[in-house]
Amino acid sequence: MLFVAQLVNALQLGSIYALIALGYSMVYGIIKLLNFAHGDVIMVGGYIAIFSLAAGMHPAVAIILVIVGCTALAIIMEKLAYTPLRNAPRISVLITAIGISILLQNLAQLFFGARPRPLHIPFPTGSISIGEITLAYPMLITIGSAILSMLMLNYIVHRTKLGKAMRAVSEDTDAARLMGINVNSVITFTFALGAALAGIGAVLYFVRLPVVAPTAGAMLGLKAFIAAVFGGIGSIPGAMLGGFAIGILEVIVNASGFSRWTDGAVFLVLIIILLVRPAGLVGKPTIEKV
Amino acid sequence: MLKVTDINVYYGNIHAIKGVSFDVHQGEIVTLIGANGAGKSTILKAVSGLLRSKTGSISFLDSDIGAATAHNIVRRGLVQVPEGRRIFLKMSVQQNLEMGNYIHHRSVMNEKLEDIFTRFPRLKERRKQLGGTLSGGEQQMLAIGRAMMTSPQLLMLDEPSMGLAPLLVEQIFDIITELNASGVTVLLVEQNARMALSVAHRGYVLETGRIVASAPADELLEDEAVRRAYLGG
Repeated sequence: MLFVAQLVNALQLGSIYALIALGYSMVYGIIKLLNFAHGDVIMVGGYIAIFSLAAGMHPAVAIILVIVGCTALAIIMEKLAYTPLRNAPRISVLITAIGISILLQNLAQLFFGARPRPLHIPFPTGSISIGEITLAYPMLITIGSAILSMLMLNYIVHRTKLGKAMRAVSEDTDAARLMGINVNSVITFTFALGAALAGIGAVLYFVRLPVVAPTAGAMLGLKAFIAAVFGGIGSIPGAMLGGFAIGILEVIVNASGFSRWTDGAVFLVLIIILLVRPAGLVGKPTIEKV
Repeated sequence: MLKVTDINVYYGNIHAIKGVSFDVHQGEIVTLIGANGAGKSTILKAVSGLLRSKTGSISFLDSDIGAATAHNIVRRGLVQVPEGRRIFLKMSVQQNLEMGNYIHHRSVMNEKLEDIFTRFPRLKERRKQLGGTLSGGEQQMLAIGRAMMTSPQLLMLDEPSMGLAPLLVEQIFDIITELNASGVTVLLVEQNARMALSVAHRGYVLETGRIVASAPADELLEDEAVRRAYLGG
């Protein structure tokens, strides 16, 4: 019984990691950039939630604002910081991403203070019981909405014109240009899509852990990044799989009484995967025929 | 139709294209021949908008495209089949062709697909297969088919014969001739000069970034210097 409860707990955490990992993976897939500012978008989402709820908005409106705000922030970031570097060496873009991450954290500290603030997103409370197992609504809602978001993402990527363009750009940017695809707008769209998922992830994360601080997104983002690498960075199914895998790992470590080692265990996974299988779980070395 | 005037293209400090001018008229097959590294692909990239020329002008259908983005150039009816085919290896044959229709509405796709499948029955047989599983010749057909899906007025081909067996080369050049007969103007870049000149109307000879000769294709085939340098005597 305890096992099922822990499994649901792991899936809840895993859903959040997966949603955030998707943003890392999609952006990497398309411009080979590790967007280290991605985690900080979640932190900004947390502050948007605090202020919109404090302004007396309906929780649903506040949640939508978080998602829209995260998306807008990512678009601005991409336009101001990454677009001018489109032809720059990859290392310059990477350092810029780290710079933006530091900038966002410090701006948050400047405006909102370093002190962590409580964030209470009104969410359906209560639980359902099946036999001896009790499942809290927030857990089920988190898992459900994460799965729903991923199904929508899958639809967008495989069925819509922009989604197909994303796949084309990620496989061969110049060939995509020669098909008449506006690569810059596809890249912006990819950032926006990843940030929207991060926005949903932000809401679900702060429901689980209701405290926002300027560094709230840093560790979360880092773990989601590890999830993306674990699954195979650049791959959408890989990010989902990696997210759930890291969630399950954390819960196992916690449940075995080593909760102080949770973060360490996740980083250990990163080291092991980079040593043993750098392409990740689902990644495979591409075979090209010339 | 296409008029390139005095373009200069650089890779960093390397001056790759030095004041090249040429033109292509409606209905023609024009070929640029030259050795490896002469700058043939660079010229096509500049025309496609993938690279920029520092000087001169490129005009297509009487409008200047020298500053246009690559994706807008395709929308104007000028498409390139790049060197090495560059098909989407992780997409199926059909999906590759559908990408060619990206700039057009879905409603015109099926008709064009049927046309491509009639021209290339092999692609129809393999429509569900991933691009990466095709043979070199089939990939070249797919690359040409995908470019044709954009409904171009001018089709530019970069080394379509590269790495193909002689029989397949023959087949690809037959296709190029057929496409031209159906109204598509062709700009062909080739190392296989004999083959290219045999299908082209006119040719330009390129040497280290400069055009050193231009003449009707049959004259170039007979030209003593061209024969020695590019046609093996």
